[in-house]
Amino acid sequence: MKRAARLVSLVALAGTILPPVLYFTGHVELDAVKLWMLVATIAWFAATPVWMDR
Amino acid sequence: MADETITRQSEPVDEYEREPVPERAWLGLSSFVGQYAGEHTAGTELMIGPLFIASGVGASAVVGGLFVGNLLAVLSWMFLTAPIAVRARMTLYFQLEKICGRTLVTAYNLANGVMFCFLAGAMVTVNATAAGVWFNIAMPGLNDLYPNSVGWVVTVLVMGMLMTVVAAYGYKVVARIANIAAPWMVLVFVAYGIIAARQIGIDSIGTFWPKAQELIWTGGAPLAGRAKFTFWHVMFFAWFCNMAMHIGMADLSVFRYARKSWYAVGTAAGMYLGHFIAWLSASILYAQQLHATPGNTDVLPGPLAYNAAGIAGVICVIVAGWTTANPTIYRAGLAFQAISPASSRYRVTLFTGALATLAGMFPAIAMKLLDFVALYGLVLMPMGAVVFVDFWLSGRFGFRNNYAEASGVAFNWAAALAWVLTLAGCLAVVNMGGMQIYFVGLPGWFAAATLYIVLSRLLQRKEVRL
Repeated sequence: MKRAARLVSLVALAGTILPPVLYFTGHVELDAVKLWMLVATIAWFAATPVWMDR
Repeated sequence: MADETITRQSEPVDEYEREPVPERAWLGLSSFVGQYAGEHTAGTELMIGPLFIASGVGASAVVGGLFVGNLLAVLSWMFLTAPIAVRARMTLYFQLEKICGRTLVTAYNLANGVMFCFLAGAMVTVNATAAGVWFNIAMPGLNDLYPNSVGWVVTVLVMGMLMTVVAAYGYKVVARIANIAAPWMVLVFVAYGIIAARQIGIDSIGTFWPKAQELIWTGGAPLAGRAKFTFWHVMFFAWFCNMAMHIGMADLSVFRYARKSWYAVGTAAGMYLGHFIAWLSASILYAQQLHATPGNTDVLPGPLAYNAAGIAGVICVIVAGWTTANPTIYRAGLAFQAISPASSRYRVTLFTGALATLAGMFPAIAMKLLDFVALYGLVLMPMGAVVFVDFWLSGRFGFRNNYAEASGVAFNWAAALAWVLTLAGCLAVVNMGGMQIYFVGLPGWFAAATLYIVLSRLLQRKEVRL
């Protein structure tokens, strides 16, 4: 369970920073960036408490 | 009784307040890296970055000034604060009590508590700007000093009350959220900069620097009512924005847990993530706003973050503001409680939060945050010089260290006069001499150290001296 949660957290961090980088390089639109960042935020706060500081 | 139960469950554990930290409680380097990275990526970073732009700073000045200033801050923690902390292993308050006496420490606590309240007020202000994204509230402008609408007052009141009740009842919950949020928060701050850079017209790393000089940190005239910033302003601001913590010695209380003094190098995580990357990112956000809507000089972190990163961006503003206001309100409460130990922690925290909320209604503190942060450090810095001199130089200059403890006095006049005269001198130089507040901290520290040596030689009773 903790291992899966760690993996989700890792993907969420990637989902937070990769869309802005892709926007910078002109590969995605800003609205998509905002959506992916929100999804990544939800995933981070759902998964990280499972393994961090416990 | 109910209050006491709640407080015992919800407040952080304050251990070894009146004894050296034992070896079994010492901590490794990673503890300090995490703590400083989290604490220095705060909501107020979103105010500071834009205020650099408003001050007309150039690209080389801001990047160079932040790099050097933050390095000097890290070195101050490493070579001034931590060496004393790992030798004495006591809180600043207990160490000051031994030097200054109970009555003088009470005055110091009052000053400390008030400054913490105003700082927490700025954090409430930052969070309240997030409401502007969803509600049509008249928000304060860059040069507003007073509340400018009923909607703003109500927003700050609601936000401040929520923060206060949580700081009183649920400190540990917010502290845990702070730990959890820290890595995500740092990346969102980086994302702000990347997105805003693209919005402003920078589309490759290769063109970043020339376009940054042309479009972001242009080095032009400052906005109305702002002083022009140079490399030296930025460097001294970055060095001394945490003056109370390093050369002011407040972080003796933190590094008393460090196994080795060099673990203070962990402060670099906070300085270079928060006070370098986050400030530069926030700067780019504001430059983008000025580029897109030239007449809009408002520094409102909520809308700035929303324009770049949408709802995730606003969540970051709220989390960053809340998680740093929480310990700030709590620390202010601790300082006040030291003055009135019989009061319950819960009631003191509520009182402190109410004061911070009141301060948050006045946008002057947030909009003049650069000046306020400099003043905050200046007020507390002289006592750091007193601690430094007392610890390292008292024997060499022939006076007694920990004089209050040795003599039984409750008020060490040498320390009190060193504090007040230094502060008065620095403020006089700023207000009458025309020197900007960012530059008086360094000479002020040496003035306080010199005054403490001379006054201790003059005022200490001979029978108590070594």
